[in-house]
Amino acid sequence: MSAAQNQADADTAIVTVANVSKFFGDLKALNDVSLSVEPGMVQCIIGPSGSGKSTLLRCINQLEKIDQGAIRVDGELIGYRRVGDELHELTDPEIARQRLVTGMVFQRFNLFNHMTALQNIIEGPLTVLKRPRKEIVADAMALLERVGLAEKRDAYPSELSGGQQQRIAIARALAMKPKLMLFDEPTSALDPELVGEVLNVMRDLAASGMTMIVVTHELGFAREVANDVVFMDKGEIVERGTPDTVLVAPTQARTRDFIAAVLK
Amino acid sequence: MSHAVTSPVASRDLAAIARLRIVPRRFYGRWVAAALIIAVLAWIIAAFVKGDIAWPVVGQFFTAPAILSGLGNTLIMTVCAMTLGIVLGVVFAIMYMSPNPVLRSVALFYIWFFRGTPLLLQLLIWFNLALVFPTIGIPGLFSWRTIDIIGPFMATLLGLGMNQGAYTAEVVRGGILSVDTGQTEAAKAIGMTRLTTLRRIVLPQAMRVIIPPVGNEVISMVKLTSVASVIQYAEILRNAQTVYYANARVIELLIVAAGWYLLVVTLLQIGQYFLERHFSKGRGERRAKRTVKIEEEPA
Repeated sequence: MSAAQNQADADTAIVTVANVSKFFGDLKALNDVSLSVEPGMVQCIIGPSGSGKSTLLRCINQLEKIDQGAIRVDGELIGYRRVGDELHELTDPEIARQRLVTGMVFQRFNLFNHMTALQNIIEGPLTVLKRPRKEIVADAMALLERVGLAEKRDAYPSELSGGQQQRIAIARALAMKPKLMLFDEPTSALDPELVGEVLNVMRDLAASGMTMIVVTHELGFAREVANDVVFMDKGEIVERGTPDTVLVAPTQARTRDFIAAVLK
Repeated sequence: MSHAVTSPVASRDLAAIARLRIVPRRFYGRWVAAALIIAVLAWIIAAFVKGDIAWPVVGQFFTAPAILSGLGNTLIMTVCAMTLGIVLGVVFAIMYMSPNPVLRSVALFYIWFFRGTPLLLQLLIWFNLALVFPTIGIPGLFSWRTIDIIGPFMATLLGLGMNQGAYTAEVVRGGILSVDTGQTEAAKAIGMTRLTTLRRIVLPQAMRVIIPPVGNEVISMVKLTSVASVIQYAEILRNAQTVYYANARVIELLIVAAGWYLLVVTLLQIGQYFLERHFSKGRGERRAKRTVKIEEEPA
């Protein structure tokens, strides 16, 4: 499947990243990165910290602005409107609208601290999509059920464990009915015994056919769930392939070293 | 040094020692300080009792119409000026933090000017605005004589409100900065625009940081309104003065005014307590009494 994806007709891809570079001052966080992700696929991105994998994810969601290259999400060029030979920057509301295609889950959960679990989940549908409250509360309860936290609907984030917070954060993202979910190291801030419950929710989500791009250090999860794995280092994609190739029999020395270090 | 006063102990003695009677530390210094303070207080009270103060006059004027109407004006001005100050503070704080350089410069200038000049001077400028702008309005459409519009009330409101806005803007900005950037990113990620994010996510959480200093400023404002007595605004201190110019009971009327200020400020402090409790929502403090916190929020 992966070989086919690599040469996939770009028009079926839900995300196409083309020759993207991103600088933080003198640091080149992304160096001419290209990647395309087909709908329904689980794409894992692994790599050492500082390799640019989170930055890539944040560029897809326009939380970071790219310096070179172009990104297409769900058929639209993101961040710009093409006018003849020029690219015009989009306005804040236009960018906000483009972000509706993607849901994002953060390493530090970032639940809205002043809202209960239920309020966190209905906030987007209520204020952004402006859907009727009755309908979205019913949807939100279904989502809470799905992540196994229906009884925590009235709990504030400070009253929840890290694993519970992250499951609510996933439900919050899903409430916007995105076509694509981005996960930025969703289990890295969790105590080891809480990792499993979050991975279970993600596993179910993958099984339901959601397109997911997952930046993770959980190689076991990647091997089991991913259709395709990318290894990044120093802002570049070093290797890409099926989980069995990249995680078990990598062709590049840098990939081998990284996997050996993680498994140690 | 501490070795000399503590007792070395062998571990086999500990069980026996655990049964000994514990004598709490005695704080002799506190007793001395308290006694001194009580003595000074007694002396001050005695001075007021023996001094030439007609206490019945204090009681009589405490609820006199002139004083009560002054009190009313003080309270109205506090509410109006503080409301204006908070609105301006929020608006200018948001402008200050805007990516738009024009808005940022305007906010910077506003804060610079109104924090950089004395309040009394600003009040006098507003009160004498007619000297610069004899009429205000849109030329050709309508205009009013400035002197008709900007009387003592308007001049005080604009002076106190604009001045307060400059200070509140900095308080609000500090509150906004105190909210974790992850909150903004999460809001953006569910498709919120910049302004919706501010209104729904950032400002409600910033309130927890903004309320205590703004509460202090409301209390300051109650007392600051007394400055408006110089531009003939009939607040409580000015009315007290008007009365003592007539009856020469200076200290009595100042005590009346002081009593009212203390009463109002005390009530405001109680209100502030409940307000702070309300805005600590979701931070654990408020609900901690009922539910056990399961886990610390990650740093």
